[in-house]
Amino acid sequence: MRPVDRSNRGSALVVVAALAALLSACDPSPGAFSGAARATEGGAGSGSAEGLPAHAPARFAFGAEASDARVAMWDIDVRPDGDGLPQGSGSVQQGRDVYMVHCIACHGPTGTEGPNDRLVDNSPWDAYPTSRAIGNYWPYATTLYDYIRKAMPQLTPGVLNADQVYGVIAYILYLNEIVPEDAVMSAQTLPAVVMPMRDRFVDDDRTGGPGPVR
Amino acid sequence: MPRKEGPKISRRAWITTTSGVIAAGLVRSQSDAIKLVAQEVPAADPTKVPGRLVSELGRRASAEQPKRLLRAQELSSSSRTPLADLMGTITPSDLHFERHHGGIPDIKFEDHELLVHGMVDRPMVFKMSDLMRYPQVSKVYFLECSGNGGGVYSQTRMPTEVTVQAMDGLLSTSEWTGVPVSTILREVGVRRGASWILAEGGDAAVLSRSVPLDKVMDDSLLAYGQNGERIRPEQGYPVRLFLPGYEGNANVKWLRRIEVTDRPTHTREETSKYTDPLGDGTIRQFSLMMDAKSVITFPSYPYVLPERGWWEIQGLAWSGRGRISKVEVSTDAGRSWVEAALQGPVLPKSTVRFRHLFEWRGRETIILSRATDETGYVQPTVQQLWEARGPATSYHQNHQRAWKIAAGGEVTFGLGDMV
Repeated sequence: MRPVDRSNRGSALVVVAALAALLSACDPSPGAFSGAARATEGGAGSGSAEGLPAHAPARFAFGAEASDARVAMWDIDVRPDGDGLPQGSGSVQQGRDVYMVHCIACHGPTGTEGPNDRLVDNSPWDAYPTSRAIGNYWPYATTLYDYIRKAMPQLTPGVLNADQVYGVIAYILYLNEIVPEDAVMSAQTLPAVVMPMRDRFVDDDRTGGPGPVR
Repeated sequence: MPRKEGPKISRRAWITTTSGVIAAGLVRSQSDAIKLVAQEVPAADPTKVPGRLVSELGRRASAEQPKRLLRAQELSSSSRTPLADLMGTITPSDLHFERHHGGIPDIKFEDHELLVHGMVDRPMVFKMSDLMRYPQVSKVYFLECSGNGGGVYSQTRMPTEVTVQAMDGLLSTSEWTGVPVSTILREVGVRRGASWILAEGGDAAVLSRSVPLDKVMDDSLLAYGQNGERIRPEQGYPVRLFLPGYEGNANVKWLRRIEVTDRPTHTREETSKYTDPLGDGTIRQFSLMMDAKSVITFPSYPYVLPERGWWEIQGLAWSGRGRISKVEVSTDAGRSWVEAALQGPVLPKSTVRFRHLFEWRGRETIILSRATDETGYVQPTVQQLWEARGPATSYHQNHQRAWKIAAGGEVTFGLGDMV
């Protein structure tokens, strides 16, 4: 969890702490914190689940504290609320140009031909989908930024700048008829995109035991 | 199977043998000695020829060359463990299955660093030498891709000529060595309200997964060792996240970053992949647990039982929720079941080998296995999974497998005959 503006870590930490306190106060699941509680209190005898000995110190301090700059350099993930999105923007038209250079070989002229993953399919479904394209499956548009920045294009990952990533996302969302042709994606507009299948996702309800097969 | 020809005697062996004979004064010349040896020492008799010398690295017998089964030679691909060729439970490290999404990175041990940050008191960077100084644990655990077995779920197209390697070879078992993640999180001080982590790999896919903090604190490892040696590049060298019992994809390899968070990140792998459309319009997400499963590895396709009589049915069983408590085998297409013997020690979240001595009387039949774990969960039938999940997900296909034995002894995948 960290702010969009990476240059301001000090105030960010205050926000983080305040938000964390707020969230924990209304956290419906006390179990969610139990592990962390063990972590911070585990030095005195009980240790962790894998059993540090009773005489282990509270801290070993092997390793170095990470500077803000180091964290900012590596902290590249993007969350559904837009957390982590960088500055910049890109339009459908700009994204089309990016797509035709960097994406078309693997995903086809219209994002449906492959040979790699199908990107475009906005056909609705009731029982189950016939493809797992972006328009008919992906729950969050922000995941596109997270994934493209990290892993695409497959042979030259990381080659696209922020404007290009925003643009190609705009183009793909446009092909899926999720945003209009004049859409511009940015840290402000991308988290606001509502993906059609967002509410279809449910948490795992398998629990083991002799109960019904799930 | 007999060899077509015996091994040739190496030049070194000849010299040693003939010089010894000459030194003993039995013959006058080397050529005489060669004639003598050629007459009296059959080349194939290893008691009459000095053997190979010591070597820095061992190797398999030339006739024993089990191999992984490769999918396409692409950056995102996999290879499968030859389960039918193996004994016991440990997978030789060079036969451990692979699943990569951006190829295998070339990472130097000395250069690699792990950043741990987010909702922590002290963001820290660990070099491998730092991680290896923390108190260490070694545990035997299975690792399985949740896509394992997805090829035998189709209601319309159940294969018959499929090997256990092709079907379920995305399963391996190793002794993993590393430092508990809980030890490292204790170092950085997890803040109140944290409930998830994001784990991120240093490969070209920068593969990332969200994992509940409770699981991480319970029994998860930063694994840098595998079967007694440093973990192999295909398995995440120099360090991977290891989540006992959880689907393989979440066990992020080449781990370079852990961010402690209060919510999942919803990465591509945990949204568009590794999710399960259930056939009722919903999509199951974060289905990380690998439920109990078993598979008979002998006899299996393409083996042919050469004669009737006593045969030992063998296989593997495992559960991500703990220990296997029971494996049952049926030799009459599921009409009756008998409890198989479990080869101890039965370890939690590891594979266990089961055995059942079976007298095959030369009649066509179908053999199956079903595992029960310590929670009481029973490995379901494929019909039960179809009913519960519909036809649209190939993940987590842990249903009972079946092999058909024909009257002639030919073994084929037999589930299609049962549904």
